[in-house]
Amino acid sequence: MNTASHVSTDTPCNGGRDTPAIVVLGIGNLLWADEGFGVRCAELLQRDHEFEPGPRIVDGGTQGLYLIQHVQSADRLLIFDAIDYGLPPGTLRVIRDDEVPQYLGARKMSLHQTGFQEVLSLARLTGHYPERVVLIGCQPEELEDYGGSLRDAVRAVLPEALRLGVETLVEWGCAVRPRRQPLDPAEAVTLPHLAMQRYEAERPGPEQACRVGDERFLVTPGPEHG
Amino acid sequence: MGYETQGFKLDDSGRRIVVDPVTRIEGHMRCEVNVDENNVIRNAVSTGTMWRGLEVILKGRDPRDAWAFVERICGVCTGCHALTSVRAVEDALGIEIPKNAHLIRDIMAKVLQVHDHAVHFYHLHALDWVDVVSALKADPKATSDLQHLVSPSHPMSSPGYFRDIQNRLKKFVESGQLGPFMNGYWGNKAYVLPPEANLMAVTHYLEALDLQKEWVKIHTIFGGKNPHPNYLVGGVPCAINIDGDGAAGAPINMERLNFVKARIDEIIEFNKNVYIPDVLAIGTIYKAHGWLYGGGISGTEVLDYGTYEKVSYDHSTQQLPGGAIINGNWDEIHEVDPRDPEQVQEFVAHSWYQYADENRGLHPWDGVTEPNYVLGAKAKGTRTNIEQIDESAKYSWIKSPRWRGHAMEVGPLARYILSYSHALKGHKYCQRVKEQVDYSAMMINSGIPKALALPETQYTVKQLLPTTIGRTLARALESQYCGEMMLDDWHELVDNIRNGDRSTANVDKWDPRTWPKECKGVGTVAAPRGGLGHWIRIKDGRIENYQCVVPTTWNGSPRDTKGQIGAFEASLMNTPMANPEEPVEILRTLHSFDPCLACSTHVMSPDGQELSRVKVR
Repeated sequence: MNTASHVSTDTPCNGGRDTPAIVVLGIGNLLWADEGFGVRCAELLQRDHEFEPGPRIVDGGTQGLYLIQHVQSADRLLIFDAIDYGLPPGTLRVIRDDEVPQYLGARKMSLHQTGFQEVLSLARLTGHYPERVVLIGCQPEELEDYGGSLRDAVRAVLPEALRLGVETLVEWGCAVRPRRQPLDPAEAVTLPHLAMQRYEAERPGPEQACRVGDERFLVTPGPEHG
Repeated sequence: MGYETQGFKLDDSGRRIVVDPVTRIEGHMRCEVNVDENNVIRNAVSTGTMWRGLEVILKGRDPRDAWAFVERICGVCTGCHALTSVRAVEDALGIEIPKNAHLIRDIMAKVLQVHDHAVHFYHLHALDWVDVVSALKADPKATSDLQHLVSPSHPMSSPGYFRDIQNRLKKFVESGQLGPFMNGYWGNKAYVLPPEANLMAVTHYLEALDLQKEWVKIHTIFGGKNPHPNYLVGGVPCAINIDGDGAAGAPINMERLNFVKARIDEIIEFNKNVYIPDVLAIGTIYKAHGWLYGGGISGTEVLDYGTYEKVSYDHSTQQLPGGAIINGNWDEIHEVDPRDPEQVQEFVAHSWYQYADENRGLHPWDGVTEPNYVLGAKAKGTRTNIEQIDESAKYSWIKSPRWRGHAMEVGPLARYILSYSHALKGHKYCQRVKEQVDYSAMMINSGIPKALALPETQYTVKQLLPTTIGRTLARALESQYCGEMMLDDWHELVDNIRNGDRSTANVDKWDPRTWPKECKGVGTVAAPRGGLGHWIRIKDGRIENYQCVVPTTWNGSPRDTKGQIGAFEASLMNTPMANPEEPVEILRTLHSFDPCLACSTHVMSPDGQELSRVKVR
């Protein structure tokens, strides 16, 4: 029961270590087209780069509350997520620190965002909150395509999203360079079964598998609906 | 207008109350009830408001990959879907897994059970019983006294400790960032705990939050990753070398097994000192206020496939044996066979799907998932903005699974009623369940009332268990039992490895060229929310058809061709509401099922509004 004593103390996350603990979190559901933005960013960031010291890169999926330990353990937290700002598809936004929870909560499109705002606030209540939080968010084009992958508009900004992510990590004291040896698939944050190329290549056709959602939520985007 | 079904008299003539969405659940759900002039619920309608389509995206894929996809369906029960999926594929291909794999999978499943139950109770359900704002008024000294009364051996119980938590909570509330506590109906008369009990529960909420992250590390050890651990058709994806070093990627060694053991010990302590005493105390206080509502069909119709075999593949050694109880006869337990086309069937008469003949149900191997969104003539509003559901027509994205035509409740309570009944008939592997249930009944009837100066009662198990409190209690008891069984599994695993067995996977049939041209299989798991089944058909090495019947489909099902109501709907019947504008009682009972709509329905909601719109008509 020793761990529970954390409840009443405000010890810093790094427990007095010299280097801050950096966590990179990709969130979203990769089964829902552009909802997969965050997870794909985490996947590619790891696939293409080597880090020193290494941040912990996490494919957070839609785990909501279950991601709290990753938030609590971070001194610096970098989040990739698809978030609806009502902007043109593929627009990237970098949100920092205290603005992050509000942004995550301003418009919610799916479960995990509601959940993730709550995770941040709970982490604060427990007294383990990152000193710095950066959210790299992307305006999705399509969410209502079950089993689908990223749309071109979002796919096209992946390099820029990764560049912004790398820039943030460098600012936080990580040395980042292009990966020299290909990543061992066993080390990958996302399973080879779900890796983007295979995921897309083996998708069943629309006549085999209905791809649309509930028509009440298939409202054509208007000015007030983003 | 009304009719009688399953012992309930449905009457939709009173005021209609709409709760949409039902908050603090995974997924999207709406509930409508009619209350009479005394605000007692006389008709209940539960609707899954999102389309479900998870099976169809698996068509044509490699069956060995299916687990990785189903793990992404939902943010809550990743591991159960993955485990059910590998079991279905193994069943289809005739693969038996080695003993070590059986034990490791069982440990992982039980960790998931314990983790999910504790998180559900403290983070999602406790707020239906506990008034967080009232905790600010508690006297820390009196809270400490209460803690000593309900759980004398819990070490964290000093007045200073509770004062510190109270101050932190105060700061949090004053900051206006209420976060998880934002949408409570604080101050509602339906909350009956004294401030001290509320402070104690909030404190344990934080303790649970801190501990759960340690427990899931067991998943990382055996499954390589968290939050999405690896599974493998044929076994488990980890190698074992008990004397090996601890280098990254090296096989599991004794040091890591000892780490697992330490976490299991922690789980057992937490359940004993915190979770069980909290649920017993809260349950007793609510019982003293007459709150024994919410049973629904749990006293009469329950189902589970059975789980936790002591000897792998020997169903007679299940430590939570399954079956079906119908018509309230706990003395007779029917065998449940998920392969029998006459037993588990899904109906769509009131669901937004179409079958060629909607009077008939379909067995999952022959399941069809074809959407058909139409509203009944009496529905109010528009297709994109329903104001009132017409439950006489199609009204939910959830199908209606039935067992031999009966609507059934599934979940920890169903498992506990089944195992308790098995134990009474002398089943040798589940006597612990009877011990737990009898002890709890004694504590609720007299043990805790004596300590807290409340009136003693003499309710029977059959009166106490089939209630909302009983559902919440069964979850806590199952968590405790899982911790204890895990310790047995751990010892057995270490002994088996020490005896020279290092095998963790059977890869004889890994190559699709060894597979039959066509085959079918079924996998079942006792998921935290109830019996979960996946049915698969494989053809030419690819997935031909895949159907999941998930726990919330059973519990949240709409009416069927016979007009029978589902478990959610039944559980709300005859419950009085303190204030219909604030549906505390509805949320309390629905949350007691731990509903999860993410896999029983589609995953999107328009704006994800967390606060329920409550409309009284």
